[in-house]
Amino acid sequence: MVMPQIKEAVNVPDMPQSDNAVVARGISKTYGEVEALRDLSLEFPRGQLTSLLGPSGCGKTTLLKIIAGLLKPNSGEIEVNGKPVKGPGPDRAFVFQDFALMPWANVLRNVAFGLELRGVATSEREAIAEKYIAEVGLAGFEKSYPHQLSGGMRQRVGLARALSVDADVLLMDEPFSAVDEQTRRKFQEDLLNLVQHENKTFIFVTHSIEEAVYVSDQIAILLPRPSRVSEIIRPTDLRHKNVDNIRRDPEYLDIVDSIWASLRSYVE
Amino acid sequence: MTRRSLWLKIISAAVLFGAWQIAGMIPVSYAFPTFFESMAALFRMAADGTLLTAYVETLRPLVVGVGISAFLGIGLGLWIGLSARFDWLFSPIFIVMQAAPLAALIPLLVMAYGIGLTSKVFVVCIMAMPVIVLNTASAVRNTPASLKEMGRSFLASDTMIMLRIIIPAASPVIFSGLRLGVSAGFIGAILAELKITPTGVGDIITYSRSIADYPAMYAAIFSIILLAVLFLNFLERLEVYLFEGNVRGYASD
Repeated sequence: MVMPQIKEAVNVPDMPQSDNAVVARGISKTYGEVEALRDLSLEFPRGQLTSLLGPSGCGKTTLLKIIAGLLKPNSGEIEVNGKPVKGPGPDRAFVFQDFALMPWANVLRNVAFGLELRGVATSEREAIAEKYIAEVGLAGFEKSYPHQLSGGMRQRVGLARALSVDADVLLMDEPFSAVDEQTRRKFQEDLLNLVQHENKTFIFVTHSIEEAVYVSDQIAILLPRPSRVSEIIRPTDLRHKNVDNIRRDPEYLDIVDSIWASLRSYVE
Repeated sequence: MTRRSLWLKIISAAVLFGAWQIAGMIPVSYAFPTFFESMAALFRMAADGTLLTAYVETLRPLVVGVGISAFLGIGLGLWIGLSARFDWLFSPIFIVMQAAPLAALIPLLVMAYGIGLTSKVFVVCIMAMPVIVLNTASAVRNTPASLKEMGRSFLASDTMIMLRIIIPAASPVIFSGLRLGVSAGFIGAILAELKITPTGVGDIITYSRSIADYPAMYAAIFSIILLAVLFLNFLERLEVYLFEGNVRGYASD
């Protein structure tokens, strides 16, 4: 039913603001008395990875869920590809902090679940799922159940599920916070590859400063009370440097330090 | 793994039956037959058809009652679990039902529904349904929020979330409710036959006791327990078949 609109959008020649895959305008959200977000505006450039970074309780997950269409803002508007968000849509896929895998389904069915819900035929969706299972490095585990996998492998399943629906925007809610440090580093490297090779926009919630600086094209620092975007940092130069050397690059260290300087007063 | 657990089961049965045999030989009581005497009575009754006719009679209220309890119980449980209002409306009924001293209520049921099949089905349902309803409701209420969120974010409709996320996620607890409910249903069926009218297996138990044929009485009791265990095993198989990944191993594997 919404399909004609997509065609329209394609026909319009280069809209000036079309560089942004996602735009948040004046988003406010309260939970009862608690004000989670106040008049927050932010732009997410297409094909890049934007991190939402901030101390806990600053509303970064709330913002991500509003972009996903899982929560309704009290006021303000989200636009994805120029169209206002009214609920979850095929243009966005979510990667969950706690993986949100179905324990009764094997890896193949979990990865194909997004396509299953869209009514894609079994053989077709399994072929797609197998491709992404291999891509995230889980080939051979198609028939395993989530409880037989390690935390890192479970999150790879969650990632494969989000990739397999081929959404423009990937929303990641602290995806690596539940995996161990070594797995996490590997994930961060893989994520950089993914951003480079998949033509997708990534929105990445994290509370790790190092992680944000390591993977992001743009870092939005959110501060609480009231929640707002306090600063946007673009570590542009870092993105052209060799991945292996980023962690000892002086610029990387400077950015990490300056972010910590602005955050430290908000951490009790 | 399977072989070892099979051996353990055989050993466990042997220990139990051995203890029974020894207790019967001492004897603990004149009214307590040995294991082999009881088994002999069991085979005698199975051979002359007494057991078969008795079970045709007993299984009717049992199957009808357990069937109603399972379908209605799971249905009501889902409803209660999904809606706070129906929780307030129905939960107290089942909590009262579960706590009610059933034996004392049977005369009331007989007055209302007579001594026929209806009363017996009611007894089975009162025994079986509350635990099925309450387990299902709490399982549905405790579906992980992130799984439901996952469904919504991947564009599932409410029906799909219900059928493909909430029910499978609740299935381990629903099945444990079913197992408890079915065992209670077996107790209810025999209770009904002892308290309302002596028919079927209840008749064998009452009659054998009145003529002091204790091996036959214990054989009848043994056979109903055996049937219940077999049925519970079937339920576990069904659960493994339906929701393999949910199952992390059972004592009966």
